[in-house]
Amino acid sequence: MIKAILIDDEPLARSIVTEYLQAFPEISIAQECNDGFEGVKAIALHKPDLIFLDIQMPKINGFEMLELIEQPPAVIFTTAFDEYAIKAFESRAIDYLLKPFSKERFDKAMQKWLQQRNQTETKANTQTLLTEEVRQPEERNRIVVREGSNIRIIPVHEIQYIEAYDDYVKIFTQKEMFLKKKTMSFYERSLDANQFVRVHRSYIIHLQQLTKIEPLEKETYLALLKSGVKVPLSKSGYAKLKLVLGL
Amino acid sequence: MLLTLSFQNISTRKIIIGYATWWLVLVLVETYAIISTFNFSVTIALADAVNMNLLIATAGYITFTSLRYYQPNPKNALYLMVWSIALAFLCTVAHNYLMRWKLFPQEDQYHAYLSASQFIRGLLVWFMIALIGVISWIWFYLQDQRAGEKREHDTAKLAREAELASLRQQLQPHFLFNSLNSISALAGSKPEEARKMIQQLSDFLRGTIKKDDLQLVSLQEELKHLQLYLDIEKVRFGHRLKTEVEQTEQAHLMMLPPLLLQPLVENAIKFGLYDTIGEITIRIVTLVRDNQLIIRIENPFDPNTSQPKQGTGFGLNSVQRRLYLLYARNDLLTTHQIENIFITEVKIPQPA
Repeated sequence: MIKAILIDDEPLARSIVTEYLQAFPEISIAQECNDGFEGVKAIALHKPDLIFLDIQMPKINGFEMLELIEQPPAVIFTTAFDEYAIKAFESRAIDYLLKPFSKERFDKAMQKWLQQRNQTETKANTQTLLTEEVRQPEERNRIVVREGSNIRIIPVHEIQYIEAYDDYVKIFTQKEMFLKKKTMSFYERSLDANQFVRVHRSYIIHLQQLTKIEPLEKETYLALLKSGVKVPLSKSGYAKLKLVLGL
Repeated sequence: MLLTLSFQNISTRKIIIGYATWWLVLVLVETYAIISTFNFSVTIALADAVNMNLLIATAGYITFTSLRYYQPNPKNALYLMVWSIALAFLCTVAHNYLMRWKLFPQEDQYHAYLSASQFIRGLLVWFMIALIGVISWIWFYLQDQRAGEKREHDTAKLAREAELASLRQQLQPHFLFNSLNSISALAGSKPEEARKMIQQLSDFLRGTIKKDDLQLVSLQEELKHLQLYLDIEKVRFGHRLKTEVEQTEQAHLMMLPPLLLQPLVENAIKFGLYDTIGEITIRIVTLVRDNQLIIRIENPFDPNTSQPKQGTGFGLNSVQRRLYLLYARNDLLTTHQIENIFITEVKIPQPA
């Protein structure tokens, strides 16, 4: 049996997927979710093969929800508006259904997925690895992280700095630290370059937090942040910082 | 001066009558002057004055009509000068010829007068023609400018109307496509409800077209249209969305620009629905204060995670701009928050 989960904040929008799925008796709907929070929990619980995912949803959107899942299942996006289409394919969605979609269009997406599933079962892992790297940079105003079973939304203006930590990054706000499974280069690309500067292989700092640049030794410098934290600057990082600050 | 500068509402007929009257007066004055000063007979004096003034009036008319086809500009000054001297010369010669050789060949005393006054007469004629030329010139110049101003005004007005129209019709495509998707879902399971929603959506869309910004509508009418929108949103979000509309009879009769409320309420619903989880209530309160209609729209939000800026999206900007274009004021739309409630308030000044 193939398990699917529907995530959409409009019950009627889910009902149409349910209706269309009746033509695929091998697929069972494990759960229907009203938002991304429910979605994260349901995916952890049911480990579905396929999810139908809306993009505009309460609190966290479909893309942010996917970021919270370590090994996302196959995704078919269902949304009313196509400004997200490119991003959806770059996050390696199976397909992208524009509401309202026809039964024929839905069946086509399902055929596409069933075909890919047969061909690539062995390659499943490489697919998730690629997800992150193909992403286009986009300016974000918040970062969504998981804290145990909680989901936290961090507005980017609260971020002090970001530090590399193996496969993870540590995101420091004034009061707390969050771990997120992402790369430094991902945040270097996706955060606003006028506000966040990668000053070191292992550090990205928020310029609003910067109070002082101090020399450490000959040709090496430290960035002093408002909270008193000192962050080392690499040679190229120092040059980049001077450029952004217009020095 | 009968060719007055405030020509805005003067018809061609009035100008012709004025011009003729002016010359008639001159003829009479001159006739009287000639009789009392030189003791010529009434016939001679009248003929002299009529002849002279008819010639000048004709020359003036020629000057006026010929200036019409030249763009009035400083270069024409020289042209006008040469033109008026030539015409003055012609008039004086023609007058002299007619009076001396054709009409009164026997009157020696009058001939002497003609010869003596020839130079001063020519000068006066020239002055008259030049004066008519200058006035005509100013006349056409001002007319030209007025046409330019009108053109400019019309262009600005058109641009403003177009901007208002486009601001008014910024229907969110998201709303439309999601509504159609709901209809598609209902068509399979509950065709009766699908039909009803098509009806609601059609009524709503009909209400958004063919509206004139300057044609104010009553709050009652606006709320009726808003209700169509709320009914559709409730089909989509009925499980989460509650709305309360508080209205007074006094406020019902107040006037406001059409389709002003819907984008504000749409904004509040989106903000409320996407920023929180669970049931939300959108409150719409209408009241009258200091002869102003006040409409307050409240939606819940999460002060911990969202910067209120996110709530001031397109909906608010377009309404702000519309209010500015209509009332030339930027203080009619305000937002503030009390705990977890975001409040949008709009004031509509009422015609006195």
